[in-house]
Amino acid sequence: MDRRARIMVGGMALLLAALSALWMLQGLGGGNRGFILGLRGTKLAALVTVATAIGVATILFQTVAANRVLTPSIMGFDALYVLLQTGFVMALGSTGLTALPAGPKFLAEIAVMTALAALLFGTLLLRGARDLPRMILTGVILGVLFRSLSGFLGRILDPNEFAVVQSVSFASFNRVDATLLPWAAAITGAAVLVAWRLSARLDVLALGRDPAVSLGLAHRAMVLGVLGLVAVLVSVSTALVGPVAFFGLIVAGLAHGLMRTARHAALLPAAALSAAILLVGGQWLFERQLGQAATLSVVVEFAGGLFFLYLLLKGRIR
Amino acid sequence: MRPLPALASALVALMLASLTVGAADIRVTQAFSDPQALLVLLESRLPRTLSVVLTGAALSVAGVLIQALVRNRFVGPDTSGTAEGAALGLLAITILWPTSPLWLRMVAASLSAMVTTALFLAVIRRLPVREVMLVPIAGLVLSGVLGSVVTFVGWQSDLMQYVGTWLMSGEFSGVISGRYELLWIAGAAAGLAWFSADRFAILGLGDQVATGLGLSTAAVMRLGLAVVSVVTAMVVTTVGMIPFVGLVVPNLVARIMGDNLRASLPVVALAGAVLVLGCDLAGRLVIHPYEVPAGTILGVLGAVLFLWLLHRRPPRSKPAHG
Repeated sequence: MDRRARIMVGGMALLLAALSALWMLQGLGGGNRGFILGLRGTKLAALVTVATAIGVATILFQTVAANRVLTPSIMGFDALYVLLQTGFVMALGSTGLTALPAGPKFLAEIAVMTALAALLFGTLLLRGARDLPRMILTGVILGVLFRSLSGFLGRILDPNEFAVVQSVSFASFNRVDATLLPWAAAITGAAVLVAWRLSARLDVLALGRDPAVSLGLAHRAMVLGVLGLVAVLVSVSTALVGPVAFFGLIVAGLAHGLMRTARHAALLPAAALSAAILLVGGQWLFERQLGQAATLSVVVEFAGGLFFLYLLLKGRIR
Repeated sequence: MRPLPALASALVALMLASLTVGAADIRVTQAFSDPQALLVLLESRLPRTLSVVLTGAALSVAGVLIQALVRNRFVGPDTSGTAEGAALGLLAITILWPTSPLWLRMVAASLSAMVTTALFLAVIRRLPVREVMLVPIAGLVLSGVLGSVVTFVGWQSDLMQYVGTWLMSGEFSGVISGRYELLWIAGAAAGLAWFSADRFAILGLGDQVATGLGLSTAAVMRLGLAVVSVVTAMVVTTVGMIPFVGLVVPNLVARIMGDNLRASLPVVALAGAVLVLGCDLAGRLVIHPYEVPAGTILGVLGAVLFLWLLHRRPPRSKPAHG
């Protein structure tokens, strides 16, 4: 990283630390401090984990797809995870599902998701690079298809099991599954570490297929590996807060705009940090100041959708 | 095989089947001797069958029109912000004037749908190149953005129940006599389009060609916008939005018949009715006596058909717009 990038990342880290302190300590009265701090700490950890996962996943995916307008969610990754969850509930029943230990179950879900995503989107990306808009539309419609299938399966389930499925089908930064959090944080950490170690290769991958191959990169294996990483990260964020369509787009746009470099060693931390700043700051604003805990996800969707349309109109999609 | 008679006989067969399937255990053959059976038939099954047919036919015709307006094969009334616009209008009138009469709610929904569809057309016009695939993507995202506004307002005003019935998968299980008659308006609006079918066909050729042939493109655009918005608003108000019908049916018919709209619009209407009625019947039979909404089934089936349309080899004849 050059000096400018270091200063930027350092500044963002400081800002995040300040926001986290505000989140933890603001309005802490007498009362049962330990309890309140515990609650807030869990939520903060969840928000930062989700933000890191979404930020890094989006940058990785944009590198693989060689496009700055795509995000894993736009291409239907989140919907695939929700469909998997529905399938699990169908196969095991909600009672069987809750009886299983959370951690191993989560790992199994992620493994299946990674295999499916690498297969599906690997095929799509390796074949569809010639005709990008068609590939995007395919991804979008795949997302719709997965959502419809989840809805269809949900209708066939009995109502109690449907409630279990429904709780994971909508985004909410307000609801965090505390049992999953340690697993999610550990998995995210591992995936981010791998991505960080690969950052030099990612720089080469971003040059496009032919230059990357001539520079000695195992292109196909790299694409599938990175897609696998994306699938892992998306599983984590979707399991924690549900599907979020456009948040990654905003974050990746911010990272590129702030860093003005194509080096992943700078982009990856910048994306993760800006996502965490937005989520922690936004949740603090809506929950503590406006008393509207549930609206952050809606606002994020709205802003992200408008940003996407703006990019489309500017002709950035090609 | 001629498409029109084949579809017409399929539709009649499906309608008869639709009269015999339902949660109540009655014999249709005894309708005249058993007052209970007659009641179920006239108050529930017949209205339901009619409402499905009207919805399928009207939405498919609306799909043809919006595809002619945008000159793109990959859009439908559910991916152009129209349905979300109708829901926004309904929300607004529900909040501002909870006791408003029905006709006013319909007018609000239709007008609001017109505004959002016009917005979509304006966005499309500003897309940099005539990139065929970008148009549906923009439409889907615009629908999503508008949908998030609807959801937000719905949450704030505690009207999520309504929003759910308008925009989440449409279904016909709630239809009884006296609850679906708005759909006749949708059917009439779609029928109106048939009288100007040739104009829409010319509109699909492009602005310059259409103007050169002496067509007032602005007037035809306005008519198309009105029909699409009214049809969508009525469907959203009564049964909720049914996805993909207006998108895939026109495509499938155009593959067989080309773009002579005067000849193909009746076929489009019949095919849409057959498709939606088939899905509604399937939904009634899958977990009998419970039901899966027709909209849910069409969400799956329509998405698969759409993916097929996207990746098939183009037909030998060149499409008129695209």
